[in-house]
Amino acid sequence: MSDVPAIRVRGLEVAFGERKVMRGLDLDLYRGEVLGFVGASGAGKSVLTRAILGLQPKQAGTIEADGHDIDKLAPAERRRVERGWGVLFQQGALFSSLNVRQNVEAPMREHLDISPALRTELAMLKLRLVGLSPDAAEKLPSELSGGMVKRAALARALALDPGLLFLDEPTSGLDPISAGAFDELIATLQATLGLTVFMVTHDLDSLYAICDRVAVLGEGRVIAVGTIAELLKSDEPWIREYFHGPRGAGRAAPAARSQAGSRSV
Amino acid sequence: MSRAPTATRVVESGATRLAFAGAWTLEAGAGLEAAARGVEAAGESVFDLGALDALDTAGAWIISRATARAGREVSVVGARPEHTTLLREAAYSAAPAPVAPPRNAVSLLADMGESVHSAGLDALGWLDFLGRVVAVGYRAALHPRRWRLTSTAFHLESMGLRGAPLIVMINFFVGAIVAQQGIVQLARFGASSLTVDLVAILTLRELGVMLTSIMVAGRSGSAITAELGAMNMREELDALRVMALDPMEALVLPRLTALVIALPLLTFLGDLAALTGGMLVAWGYGDVSPHAFWAELHYPIAAQRFLSGLVKAPFMALAIGVISSMEGFAVQGSAESLGRRVTSAVVKSIFTVILLDGVFAMFYAAVRF
Repeated sequence: MSDVPAIRVRGLEVAFGERKVMRGLDLDLYRGEVLGFVGASGAGKSVLTRAILGLQPKQAGTIEADGHDIDKLAPAERRRVERGWGVLFQQGALFSSLNVRQNVEAPMREHLDISPALRTELAMLKLRLVGLSPDAAEKLPSELSGGMVKRAALARALALDPGLLFLDEPTSGLDPISAGAFDELIATLQATLGLTVFMVTHDLDSLYAICDRVAVLGEGRVIAVGTIAELLKSDEPWIREYFHGPRGAGRAAPAARSQAGSRSV
Repeated sequence: MSRAPTATRVVESGATRLAFAGAWTLEAGAGLEAAARGVEAAGESVFDLGALDALDTAGAWIISRATARAGREVSVVGARPEHTTLLREAAYSAAPAPVAPPRNAVSLLADMGESVHSAGLDALGWLDFLGRVVAVGYRAALHPRRWRLTSTAFHLESMGLRGAPLIVMINFFVGAIVAQQGIVQLARFGASSLTVDLVAILTLRELGVMLTSIMVAGRSGSAITAELGAMNMREELDALRVMALDPMEALVLPRLTALVIALPLLTFLGDLAALTGGMLVAWGYGDVSPHAFWAELHYPIAAQRFLSGLVKAPFMALAIGVISSMEGFAVQGSAESLGRRVTSAVVKSIFTVILLDGVFAMFYAAVRF
């Protein structure tokens, strides 16, 4: 592991017309870590993800992947970098006219030189990894439940065994048991594949369970970043409200204890 | 660049093992599969993963598949802890291959039967939909306050006003072309003077209303299907229903009303444009002055000619509106389905417009109109 962050964002500014959403945002995402990203609804968490992915034009700032400014990369280089990224969109964004298996196979078909038989096998493996049964493979996205859509979308995000995974609210809309299983799945994948994970989430359980560090977005900047234990000590009003409010308080005490030792996978 | 995946047989103090090296990852692509075939062909019982550079789920799958297919006990040695976890997570399990239904003469017949059956259902659905439209229209007529004026006006603007320039242009050119052909072809019989009648009868009676209807089917019919279909996909129609609103009344009726009003108006504009086009060509090409053209048009029977086309317009509008709305409601979850339904709405609308025109032609002939 080198010291060069997998993603380094400096001075990012994004505006919609007159309204500035990002005002000089700095962020580092180190290799092999799970970074949780929180912030009030509408603070621009998804906008930041989209800006890093290059889906949202930015007014100023640089985004570096492995130390290379992605705006200055040659198109072929940039494709190679982006091939190493897996993205789970908030709504899944599965291709509605392909079935689940074809969805997972789609990126492999485009980027890999492997036989159709192996491609299908690997797609089925990815579906099993995310906990989908084989009979879900031939279903169309419109026939899936919300939780199954998330899983199928994660399987597609993992299709090329990416080194960097962007998750936009992966556990929203899942029941607590499924959400817990999802967290565990991400932790396992992260441990076995050495994934770097950037996770936008509102799920306090996810933050406590799998995030190495948490960054807090406010007023277009990262107002705090650190481990949960560090953030719990923060005096920032919004952060206090977030972690010590009625929904956060119940978890703060046990988590502070377990945070110290357990995560060393 | 990572090293290619390899597996070589190593003999050491009497025991043989298969030593894996390089990066067993998807990056290797076809090389990974070739290496996998090598492993399965080697038939060794001890896999040494000590020298692996990298392993991902695909590599793990292939190695565990090789151990499973070997048909004997295979021991994996020297694997790093994370690789062991990966091998466990991505362990091979034979998945039943999806079975494609066999294609033969019987399935072809079955397909044909099915499409006839669904065409029949389509026709029934059409009647059912028309009935519901009439029922909703009747209810709305009894309670005029339930008629959505704002929505109707909005659609009238988008279907009528915004469509007018296109309709005028197309009809203008068609009128001009008919006049030009009339002058050229009729000259051979010395009957160029009949050009005015040709233009007037052809465009007023048939072409004006038909071209306008076809353009409206392509322009507004497709929009109706796409709008209703997208709303259906995003559960907006269901949201209306649980608010105790009838999508038929809230969405279909205003669009249908707007179409029934807009199409005759557009046809009228189109007729004028076609006559103007014909007149200009006749003037420049056939030395028929606008004055003479006008005089020839000003036949006692001209009003009837004009009406014979216009009368058809509301019926065409009803057909286009009903077909497009029906297709919109039939859209299912996928983007592909939306595309298919929009196409089918336009094709069916145009087909029905032409069919209706034929029915009117027979009807007019029967009543000597």
